This record gives sequence, C-alpha cells and structure tokens, in this order.
Amino acid sequence: MGPDVINAGEFDLSGMLAGIKAEADARGARRIVFDAVDVLLSLLDDPLAERREIYRLDDWLSESGLTGIITAKSEGDDPFVAEGYGFMQFMADCVVALKLRVVDQIALRYVQVMKYRGSSFAENEAPLVIGASGMEVADISATTVAPEASQERVSSGVERLDAMLDSGYFRGSSVLITGSAGTGKSILASAFAEAACLRKEHTLYVSFDENPSEVVRDLSSVGIGLGPHLKSGVLRMHSARTEASSAEVHLMKIKRIVREHQSRCMVVDPLSAIVKAGAALTAGRVAERLICLAKSEGITLVSTSLLQGAQPLTEETPVQISTIADTWVHLTNISQAGERNRALSIVKSRGIKNSNQVRELILSDQGIALADVYTASGDVLMGTARWQKEAAEKAEQERILAEVENKRREVALARAELGARIGALEQELKQKQAEAERSIGAEATHKLDLAKRRKELEHSPSAKIFKKRPENSQGAGKKTAGRRSPTGDGQ
Amino acid sequence: MIPFGNEQPRRSQEKGPFVFRLYVVDEGPSSARAIANLSAICKNHLPDNHQIEIVDLLQDPRRVLSDHILATPTLIKLSPAPVRKIIGDLGEEAKVLLALGLQQRTT
Repeated sequence: MGPDVINAGEFDLSGMLAGIKAEADARGARRIVFDAVDVLLSLLDDPLAERREIYRLDDWLSESGLTGIITAKSEGDDPFVAEGYGFMQFMADCVVALKLRVVDQIALRYVQVMKYRGSSFAENEAPLVIGASGMEVADISATTVAPEASQERVSSGVERLDAMLDSGYFRGSSVLITGSAGTGKSILASAFAEAACLRKEHTLYVSFDENPSEVVRDLSSVGIGLGPHLKSGVLRMHSARTEASSAEVHLMKIKRIVREHQSRCMVVDPLSAIVKAGAALTAGRVAERLICLAKSEGITLVSTSLLQGAQPLTEETPVQISTIADTWVHLTNISQAGERNRALSIVKSRGIKNSNQVRELILSDQGIALADVYTASGDVLMGTARWQKEAAEKAEQERILAEVENKRREVALARAELGARIGALEQELKQKQAEAERSIGAEATHKLDLAKRRKELEHSPSAKIFKKRPENSQGAGKKTAGRRSPTGDGQ
Repeated sequence: MIPFGNEQPRRSQEKGPFVFRLYVVDEGPSSARAIANLSAICKNHLPDNHQIEIVDLLQDPRRVLSDHILATPTLIKLSPAPVRKIIGDLGEEAKVLLALGLQQRTT
C-alpha cells in the first residue's frame, strides 16, 4: 500500500484472501506470510472492523489449511497489551515477540515465545542476532557440557607454569588470565597459542581493538612467532572492534569462525572487551556462553580479562566469569624500590595440584620465563631486589665454597707437613738404628777380636798367668761373648 | 496511461473522460455499497463522461496479485492522470471527490 492510497469508507480483506487462495492452490503453497498486516488494517480506523478482519484472516487460514505467519507491530515489550491487537493472543496458536532495546547505545535484539499451543517451550527471552548467515537465536540455556572431561593436558606455553600446574592446563578447560594493564596477560595467552600452533592444533586468536598484524608484531618482540602459523592457516586471527557491535554479535561471529576453522584452542584477548560491547549484565552472560561454547566444542580456551581500577591486588573480575573458569591465573604489577615487576600466581585450578607460590614473570626476547621470588622479612623481592638477593646468595654460596676449599687445603697442608715430619722422624729413627747397629757391630767385632786374642793367648804358653783375671773382671757382659766363643772355637 | 477498453470517449470535456476500475467481491455488502456510491458520484459529477469497469475478484482471483489489490472494494481512477487508488465503500463522498480532483457541486 503506497502513501497515495486514500481510504474512503469501509473495506475488508475478502477479495485479497480469495485471490491469495487461488494463487496458493495454483502453486501448491503450504505456508503463507502476512507481513505487517496492521498497516493495512489501521486504514480501517475502527478497532471493531480491525478485529473483524483479523478473525476473517484466522477463519480463512483454518479453511485453507495453510500455515500462516502474521506479523504486526507492537508497542512496548508486551505485544499482548499493544493497543488494538490484544485479542490476537487468543486467536493465534503461537505468539513470538521480537524486541529491540538500546542499552548504552548498543542495540540488542531479543526473541521470546509467549505462547505455543500444544507444545512446551522455553519461556525466557533469548538474544537474537541478525548477521550475514541470517537470524541466530542465542542458546541461553547453556546446558551443553562436553560429553567427557578430558584428562589430557596441554601446555601453557611456559615451561615453569606447566610445572606449577602439574603439567599444564586440562584439554577443553577454560583458563582465565586476569591482571591490570601491562601485566603480560596477552603475552601469556599468546604463549599458549604458539604452543598450540606448534602442536599443529587449529587455533583461533580473537583480539579486540588490535588488528592481527599489530598482534603478531608486538608478540615477536618477546620471542613469540605467530606469523608463520597465521600464514599456514593453523592460526586464525579475528580482530573485533568492541564498539562495532553488541556482545551477541561478537559471540555469533566467533562461533561461526570456530566451526569453520575447526579450532581446538582459542584465545580471547581480552574477554573484558565484550563488557564494553553492551550492557554489563548481557555481556557477562555472553562471556559465560562463550565459555560454554568452548566447553561444548571441546576447545581449550584461554581468555584474558582486564582488571579495572587502581588496586592491582584485588582479585575481582569485572565480568563474573571467574566462577565458571577452570583455571585462573592472576598477574600483578608490584612496584617496589623504583621499579615495576610482574608477578604471577594461580588463584585456582580445578582438578590440578597447583603451586601456591608467587612467581616473577620475566619477559625477554627469548620469551617468557618464571623466576622464584624471594620473601625477605615479609617483603616479596622481585626485579632488581630479587637480582640483588640472588647475587648476594650466590656470593654467600661462593664464600662458603671458598671457605670449605680453604679448610680442605689447610688439612692437606697439615697432612703434608705432618707426613714430612713423620718421614723425617722415620729417617732419623732408621739412622739411629743403623748407627746403633753399627756401633753394636763394631763393639761385637772388637769383643770377638778380644775373645779370639784371648783364646790365642790361652793357647800360648805365657797365657796361663792371666787366665783367671779377665773372667772375673768382665762379669755378665762376658757371658754373651763367652757364648760366642764356642762357635768361634768350633770354627 | 492508456484508457481502459477500446471504446472512444463519448464527449471530450476539460478533464477528459474518467475511466474507473472497481474491484469488488460479489457477495460483499461493502462492495454493493461501493458500486452504488460510485454510480451516484458519476451521475452527479461526471454525467456522460465516465467509464466504469467492475472486476469481481471471486470470479477472477488471479488479479488480486497481478493488480496488487489488498482491500475490497478498491477503486482505481485510471484516467485522467494521476492514477488514484481509493479503498473502501466510497461512503465518504467528500474524500472521494477530493481524491478524484472533482469539486463538489454547489447547489
């Protein structure tokens, strides 16, 4: 009906219906749509006449056997109270209400089944998205859970974090990395993506407010090379501007890409950007559904979330997704002694015996490393302080080692010294022994000589004079000599 | 717009012949009223200067879609230009005359 149509008196739809019936019969149509029937009927300018024509339409539908869809505008949220059409709920077998709300300048569409004769139906409002692939109704019941919880572990991309998590994230789990700006959330998430790509697992990287080439460039500075994987197609990057559309639209796009790309791992950086895309309440639900989507598809999801506010140590996520995340890694900036250092801790990790210790996250062109932090008199030492402490400990260790070495050397020296002394003493002893033996030998020879001489004298004729005297004067000493004498005599 | 039918206008006036087509549903009470109202208007305002074609949509239902007829009765003034489409039983004569560009005759 054009704007130039003039209404001059009462009319009805019987002619149109007769014509449509003829057309439907000719084509064998089963369904028929009356779009915006209210525009035509409003020309009647008479609520009673409008109602009469709606009933005529209803009667005609039952007679024709066609399934009809009638659209009509409603005012406000409840079509049942829309002026003039309240009676339609009694007439129609199924009533579906479509709603459009603008929250924070973002348009959000909803669909709600209000009535369905002879069938059960979900009564809640569900978000509705209109995109390139048509209309999509969000599954808000989100009861889809992965058929079987996996025992398989996947690497976080950081060796020591894997160790802290008792060998990595669970396959198909959802990991949340929180932290304020510049704590290294994206880098940690990207490390996971790179590790997945190196395993040749299809990975989707969703970044908000940054385009793929920027992401790749920025990450290469910390030794994470995503470029080749992006080229080979193992990695798929989807950059979504947060302002562009509602959280629902983002989710729909992500869903489509995930199915198309058959992703096994996914990074959403940052998930908190979805919050900006529409009302916080809706966005929170979208974040939840994103996690549920990943779960039901068996995708390991690592998402980051920016913590708002200036309290880096409060571990609260703006989006209340921490409760449905399986593993929650928290990064903080610790300012101390004139520098900022990154600290990593695991807030929770379901089903994993995780470390409770804080580690320092160190970024270099070699990638990510985790270092132990020192606690000294209640203070956590990081960065230079940790380095100083480490250096001091090293020096101390070296000092102790040196001391031990010193002692060892002293002992060796002492041993050598004493050994030398023992040697000298032994030498001395030997010498004395030799001397003693020599002197004894000389005396004995001398005595033997004397004995010999004495014998000779005894045998000589003059000897008898001295015979008794030497025996008395020599005493015991003579006995030995005297004993030898028989051998000597025997010879 | 080419005037409907082959017959020549009987008498040329200032505005030329008025050619009407009225879509009706034979059994409808509003259709009957529309025929009566149109006849009366023509008699009073366009004596000997009009042609009326009446299309019964029950007899020729395919014309509903081909001629884009949503409401019955619908009157189409095919000539003189501009083409006008008026729906309803034409009971509101003042509106009809205004739409057809005819001044209401002052008695």
